Amino acid sequence: MGMMRLARVLILAIFLAAGSAALGAERFPPPDFTEHKLPVTTVPPARAEWLNWLDVAFLAGALALASYLALGRRSRKGLFLLSIVSLAWLGFWRKGCVCPIGSIQNVTLALFDPSYTLPFTVVVFFTLPLLFAFFFGRTFCAAVCPLGAAQELVAIRPVRVARWLEHALGILPLVYLGIAVLFAGMGTAFLICQYDPFVALFRLSPSKMTIVGLCFLVIGLFVGRPYCRYLCPYGSLLGLASRVSKWHVRIPPEDCIKCRLCEDVCPYGAIREPTVPQPAAKRAQARRRLALMLALLPLLVISGILVGSRLATPLSYLHPKIRLAERVRLEETGQAVEPVDMTNAFRNTGRPVQEIYREALQLRERFGVAGGWLGGWIGLVLGVKLVHLSVRRRRSEYQPDTANCVSCGRCFWYCPSEQVRLGLIETLPVPTAPHQLHQPAASGTTPAVGSAAQDSSAIRA
Amino acid sequence: MNDRPRQVDRREFVREAVRSAGVIGVTGLAGFLIGRRGHADSTVWQIDPAKCIACGNCATHCVLDISAVKCVHVFAMCGYCQLCTGYFPPEPISLDSGAENQLCPTGAIRRMFVEEPYYEYTIDEELCIACGKCVKGCNAFGNGSLQLQVRHDRCVHCNECSIAVACPSQAFVRVPATSPYLLKHR
Repeated sequence: MGMMRLARVLILAIFLAAGSAALGAERFPPPDFTEHKLPVTTVPPARAEWLNWLDVAFLAGALALASYLALGRRSRKGLFLLSIVSLAWLGFWRKGCVCPIGSIQNVTLALFDPSYTLPFTVVVFFTLPLLFAFFFGRTFCAAVCPLGAAQELVAIRPVRVARWLEHALGILPLVYLGIAVLFAGMGTAFLICQYDPFVALFRLSPSKMTIVGLCFLVIGLFVGRPYCRYLCPYGSLLGLASRVSKWHVRIPPEDCIKCRLCEDVCPYGAIREPTVPQPAAKRAQARRRLALMLALLPLLVISGILVGSRLATPLSYLHPKIRLAERVRLEETGQAVEPVDMTNAFRNTGRPVQEIYREALQLRERFGVAGGWLGGWIGLVLGVKLVHLSVRRRRSEYQPDTANCVSCGRCFWYCPSEQVRLGLIETLPVPTAPHQLHQPAASGTTPAVGSAAQDSSAIRA
Repeated sequence: MNDRPRQVDRREFVREAVRSAGVIGVTGLAGFLIGRRGHADSTVWQIDPAKCIACGNCATHCVLDISAVKCVHVFAMCGYCQLCTGYFPPEPISLDSGAENQLCPTGAIRRMFVEEPYYEYTIDEELCIACGKCVKGCNAFGNGSLQLQVRHDRCVHCNECSIAVACPSQAFVRVPATSPYLLKHR
């Protein structure tokens, strides 16, 4: 027991000597062993560089293959198999990290903060799918994105989302994009990664986001690809690029017979029907509406800026430095008694309190400017959406909506024209009166798959 | 009806112009980012031991089930104490490896007799959960040879390290991937 007392006294003495130095100092000189060999501290290396290049090669290869399968081969089966491979590689093997969706934030941060080193692979992961979208449409979404693939596999019984709801929810990705860019640019948080619903599933490690991910998958049974359509910020960028794509998936390989089978089968509501000529009175009304919306656009942008720039304080609370300054202020003014880890760590640095206050105020000012930009962006998105809805377009056949179509290829098989191409039927069942096949949408309550199957079996018979 | 084909052409022209601008813009951005990056190394996350306060967030905030952060022992700094304050709780019943005498909640530190009065302490990484209790103890009363480090064979290299987000002392920093550890030294 004497030894124990000695030890306690020793501890007390050291404690008094150590004072506030938390880092430890050489209090006990390391012994010089003659016989005993000191073990070596291991330093397992980071991931080899060539493995990152392998990911880039996979991305390029998969994008090229997906574009070929969607536009050239028109093979749904091929796209399906490729999406499983992508899910395994980029999802489960790479654990969902190195993905174009998150790369938006790295690129933003690199633009705003020159000291941030952007890995080469991230630049490629950001740009390559966009470049492909400019030429082939959203083939990245079709079979390369692991998040898309996970949702594609569970889209078993999709219901059709009402057009107005589709348009309203379709604004969300662009708004989310604006918010994510703001917080990434301000060096605050990578929200897209933090709230990625599927990464937790890919890592097979339970967390709060696992529940969200499972909810998305369950919703995905009935509403096709909910994350892609109503949240994915990268998908919205790809949609913008795909709008002007050089080539894009066509539903009928040759001529459209306007049978409308494809529209029923698209789980993502991305097929637009042919337009019917409008009477002159309606056209004039539409023109007035368009003029009104064009006048509304600048108003929306300006009010967005005004509202956004007032959000500096609430927006800034996500920034760790602001939170620290706020906590320090509470403790200094005696409103909070217990110091927390954060303020303890700050006080250990010995920096004056005024300095952190000053930094926080400067940051908050910048958040005001950024909030103005965000508000203006949201106003612009809303305004352009309203203008877009007021513009009338002419379509002579069933076409994919290039912005929303993910080129999944589900519609191919249901197109009679495709059946001719595949040699399953000999000629197109062109009816004498074309309107026999072109049913109005109101009566389309019969399940699409059933009617398509009946149609083709009737044709074969 | 005559102006219809012309209109289609105009639309096609606008699409083509926007597309060309987009392609040039995106490749230009990529070129700019790659060019500015220069020859800098790619970076990984690491804990700066000078800032770490061993708060225990590493154990609970990693996206992995069992944290990729582990306690690392810099043997050259160790005093090989018989009464190691990283191994024993403040008032141990006796100085042996009984479970009640261990500070580590998972028993991840092995204590081995070397020669009188020196003992060697090694970390079993399979058991370590990065709670930082031993690090705190070693820093407070010992040489500070125990420290927390991101183990890169386990880390999945998240864009946004969720421990870094939760770190109260901003001890998570990006370091070059070629020298990915910040080990203390004498």
